Amino acid sequence: MSGTDLVRLTAAATAAAIASGETSSAEVTEAHLERIREVDGAVRAFLHVDEDGARDTARRLDARRAAGEALGPLAGVPLALKDVIVTEGLPTTCGSRILEGWRPPYDATVTRRVRDAGLVVLGKTNMDEFAMGSSTEHSAFGPTHNPWDLDRIPGGSGGGSAASVAAFEAPLAVGTDTGGSIRQPAAVTGTVGVKPTYGGVSRYGLVALASSLDQAGPCARTVLDAALLHAVIAGHDPLDSTSVDRPVPDVVAAARQADVSGMRVGVVKQFGGEGYQAGVEQRFRESVSLLEELGATVVEVDCPAFDYALPAYYLILPSECSSNLARFDAMRYGLRVGDDGEASAEDVMALTRDAGFGPEAKRRIMLGTYALSSGYYDAYYGQAQKVRTLIVRDFERAFEQADVLLSPTTPTTAFKLGERLDDPLAMYLADLCTIPSNLAGNASMSVPAGLAPEDGLPVGLQVIAPPLADERLYRVGAALEGALADRWGHLLIDEAPEIPLATSPTVEALP
Amino acid sequence: MPDSGSAVTREEVAHLARLARLALDDDELDRLGGQLDAIVSAISRIGDLDTADVPPTSHALPLTNVTRADEVRPGLTQEQALSGAPAAEDGRFRVPRILGEEA
Repeated sequence: MSGTDLVRLTAAATAAAIASGETSSAEVTEAHLERIREVDGAVRAFLHVDEDGARDTARRLDARRAAGEALGPLAGVPLALKDVIVTEGLPTTCGSRILEGWRPPYDATVTRRVRDAGLVVLGKTNMDEFAMGSSTEHSAFGPTHNPWDLDRIPGGSGGGSAASVAAFEAPLAVGTDTGGSIRQPAAVTGTVGVKPTYGGVSRYGLVALASSLDQAGPCARTVLDAALLHAVIAGHDPLDSTSVDRPVPDVVAAARQADVSGMRVGVVKQFGGEGYQAGVEQRFRESVSLLEELGATVVEVDCPAFDYALPAYYLILPSECSSNLARFDAMRYGLRVGDDGEASAEDVMALTRDAGFGPEAKRRIMLGTYALSSGYYDAYYGQAQKVRTLIVRDFERAFEQADVLLSPTTPTTAFKLGERLDDPLAMYLADLCTIPSNLAGNASMSVPAGLAPEDGLPVGLQVIAPPLADERLYRVGAALEGALADRWGHLLIDEAPEIPLATSPTVEALP
Repeated sequence: MPDSGSAVTREEVAHLARLARLALDDDELDRLGGQLDAIVSAISRIGDLDTADVPPTSHALPLTNVTRADEVRPGLTQEQALSGAPAAEDGRFRVPRILGEEA
């Protein structure tokens, strides 16, 4: 098989081809490194590519297999990790100058699990600084470009992970999702992204943005591939006190089952209308009809508190973020500025944080400091926590009527790089539909629903399941994916245009 | 409830920057002040909801205290712990002076 063919295989097919001896992990890894060399100058999905480490891991895996060792279902398959996940000895920047050059002395649990499962880490992917943003334009190292149209955003914060998968630079990637950072990039790049139930995947070794919202999950080109990676990274971890101590739902079986007959699917009344692109709504409605044809019953559900999810989120997240990012104090790791022998620790701290954090990080730190300050606490942070209760109650009522809920993943297709950069409120709207799941801690997926007729760009369908019922996402996602593939004769990602090889990006790093 | 029409004043922005340990320059104070004001105005509508009888939720799923056996386990070595430090000396983190000149 040629390198070009190898990079287009699904993770499941790659694993099978390696297991049967048709190819080797070394050959597959080399093909992906070659693909990265060819297209990443234009896409810029990676902040760091670990060529030597990946080759070495792949060779050792091939040797273990040759020696007859029984390996896991994804053994030998390459993947990319979002740069917010710590990796021993490999740079971890979180897209920030303040961590430039830092090599963590330990692995995150997610990192350890993928290594133990025999996956080959290709490198670290670009992201908005500390996962704050919906476009990757807030990365200190320049934006990632959407493989469907290099002038457009790949979503964020995990735009690098989604773009690496969409550009066939990696069959799998791990992202993190605090308000939509796995699902919104999946939607705008025509890929699959899953935010598991809060606590389903360990947060140990994820550099924290908002600890009550953050959750790592899989990015892939197919629902089954996402399920296979989900099964590897999920599960109880004593190193994370919020980790759920229950068996992981059988997401792989659910993806293979791909059956929605008899399921009740609820369309969220609040997610549509003003502010939603016509082509997004059209593809959403068609997907819902298709699920109905496949045997699902469609109901409409009313979640009035969702109208207040965005303001609640932009009080809770900055509050937690201003506290979490206090750890960047120029003393134990990362950047230090202004230490001239005269300046005090306080001054060095303030100078370093001013130099090391970008504009969005500063905005949210300031907003959180404001929301938590005396005199405003009850009106803002306290009120937001009560609204969070109302959102949880809306979900509980909705899940009495429906097994899963459906909405567009994001109100529009990928916007142009630069378009919303100076308008934070417009940028925040990209996560309108994804935020409620983080506030309620339930499970949520984005799966491709087609291309918007007006711009030919991917649209994502969001599926939401109750906490700990992650397998329902995979049943619905795989059913829709299969039905659409039957209709089109291929997956949506197969319609992505060829990326010009080794060209320069059309938009340079934005300030 | 703060008046949603009221501006976040420049003095307030400077005070927040001090609390957050951000040495913002004048341009940044001006720019951030305007943006914070717009964001706070937009999110103030959260006060429109009647939540008098609603308990707060700090965490999506109920939290329980987690303990472990009090046993010695391997951790980072001193060298590993100091490996990312901006400055280290004699096996310790070297930090700038923490007391004022007058102290």
